[in-house]
Amino acid sequence: MKSISLKTRMTPGPFEVMVRKEVADHIRSRRFLVLLLMVLLVFAGTLYISFSHIREAKGDSDFVFLKLLTLSDGTLPTFHVFLSFLGPLLGIALGFDAINSEYNNRTLVRLLAQPVYRDNLLLAKFCGALLVVGVLFLSLVLLMVGGGMILTGVKPEPAEILRILAFVVLNVVYVGFWLSLSITLSVGFRNVATSALVAIGIWLFFTVFYKILVNAVMNAVVPEGYLMPEEMLSYNRLLMSLLRVDPGQLYTDAATTLLMPSVRSLGALSMEQMAWAVPSPLSFMNSLMIVWPQVTGLVAGTTLCFALAYYLFMRKEVRA
Amino acid sequence: MENAVIELEGLTKYYGSVKAVDNLSLRISKGEVFGLLGPNGAGKTTTILMMLGLCEPSAGQARVCGIDAARDPIAVKRKVAYMPDTLGFYDDMTALENLLYVGRLNGLADGEARARQTMELVGLQNELHKKTSAYSRGMKQRLGLADVLLREPEVIILDEPTLGIDPAGIRHFLTLIRQLSRQKGITVLLSSHHLHQVQQVCDRVGIFVGGKLLAAGNIESLARELFGGDSFVTTITAREPAEQWGGLLQDLERLEGLRQVETEGSTATLSCTRDITPEVVRLFVEKGLGVTGVYRKQYGLDEIYHRYFENNLN
Repeated sequence: MKSISLKTRMTPGPFEVMVRKEVADHIRSRRFLVLLLMVLLVFAGTLYISFSHIREAKGDSDFVFLKLLTLSDGTLPTFHVFLSFLGPLLGIALGFDAINSEYNNRTLVRLLAQPVYRDNLLLAKFCGALLVVGVLFLSLVLLMVGGGMILTGVKPEPAEILRILAFVVLNVVYVGFWLSLSITLSVGFRNVATSALVAIGIWLFFTVFYKILVNAVMNAVVPEGYLMPEEMLSYNRLLMSLLRVDPGQLYTDAATTLLMPSVRSLGALSMEQMAWAVPSPLSFMNSLMIVWPQVTGLVAGTTLCFALAYYLFMRKEVRA
Repeated sequence: MENAVIELEGLTKYYGSVKAVDNLSLRISKGEVFGLLGPNGAGKTTTILMMLGLCEPSAGQARVCGIDAARDPIAVKRKVAYMPDTLGFYDDMTALENLLYVGRLNGLADGEARARQTMELVGLQNELHKKTSAYSRGMKQRLGLADVLLREPEVIILDEPTLGIDPAGIRHFLTLIRQLSRQKGITVLLSSHHLHQVQQVCDRVGIFVGGKLLAAGNIESLARELFGGDSFVTTITAREPAEQWGGLLQDLERLEGLRQVETEGSTATLSCTRDITPEVVRLFVEKGLGVTGVYRKQYGLDEIYHRYFENNLN
């Protein structure tokens, strides 16, 4: 028995082998290098801006490290705003050819003729890419914290670290949604270019056209003239709900709340609700409570896409 | 036939309303080299995919090494190595890396040493570190064989293995397969539409047309079954034209086993139930005729194949 358990530990299972290969492939690919450069540039740019303004902001409150991520003088959007549209690109680029390139290279049949489960391949594609993304964001953020400590001499608070780590998780979940969407498309479309174009189309629709569409709908729905405050509120709520169909909006909401402890609510607050509020930052748990629906929504979207990919892939004819 | 390694029972596959494989039953025993012969689109690949559990049969059962392929494909795939007709490798990896990946997927502990060994066996030891994108078609085919052999399987299934290799390479390839099957008792299933190659290496062949297995057996028995009595044909050519042969034809007809003589110019074609070539030649010589050529025709798969097609079409 001992020798058997030793052997199974020494030789990794097929799933682990596939994940390793996926990670190695991503790291070696030029595509990932380009994306990495892009993310690094954005990161360096936003950090440069925030570092040059951190001294002015340092006096008025704590959370220096959160400020590093959110401070901007208006010349450049903040890091998480950049990521709200770079994240999808990252996810799409890592997943749009996951299955169909294997199919077109004729490697799929050979791979599936090995003693591996079919769904393990799909899961390995997802996990491999997500692992790469996770390591990327975690190392970026840790770099930022380290740099911040050296430059400002301030020690990060535990709440800050928690918030920053939660932000990393949020980023991974957000990229994961687009990744699973693009993997689904890679199963559905045999042609690599088609799947990439459809994925980019969906992304463009949400980043550009969806907001215009929602505004047009709201303009049609909201009547002219004076509105009662309650009516205002309900229309506002409708607007927000419609906007939150866009995963980018969910991400921005969640990122803002996590990185700015002063954000108390994502919807409109009435004067009565504000009247007795103590003007202090929210605790980490409270912020987490606020973003929970957003994160759940993103995870649900990811799961849904992945389930669809699974369904399509298990029924797919493997012969080329 | 006891200890059958591959057992197919009433295997049927529909694609929509099209019947790709029609009620196929077949048994292949251990250590046998079996050739699945049929034209393109006969359902060979579909049958193979069903044996591997990569494709679900509409009806019937495929059992490999006693395991139902549709129920437990992983267990089947541990024992069977499959080389698809459309071979593909990861182009950005070297040949050795491609093999090592397969070795790791199969949980081989000594993957590297074994990979080098198999590469040597197929004659690619000098191309180990070349990217597979730089491989020629024939080299890829050999790498495919290495990929199959690496796992030391009990059963090897080769789908159109000789596609794109030059004649010398084909001979080497087929000899290697036959040798391995003999040495290690590996069962080999080979699908092809190249008759001569199948004829060279297979113990038995199955003729597969339109999703149906028309006949299975070794080549001699197939020929006997198909061509009935006249399975021996001798063609003999003399220097003199047939008009000057004198009473030879009458003498020939007296020979036992001869069924039909046809003459054309200076050539006679004799169909017989047994091999009478020596007697025929002796008669020619006794008559003082100058024999310039004798050819005893053996029925190959070509004839068998065509006969089956004709029968099937009519």
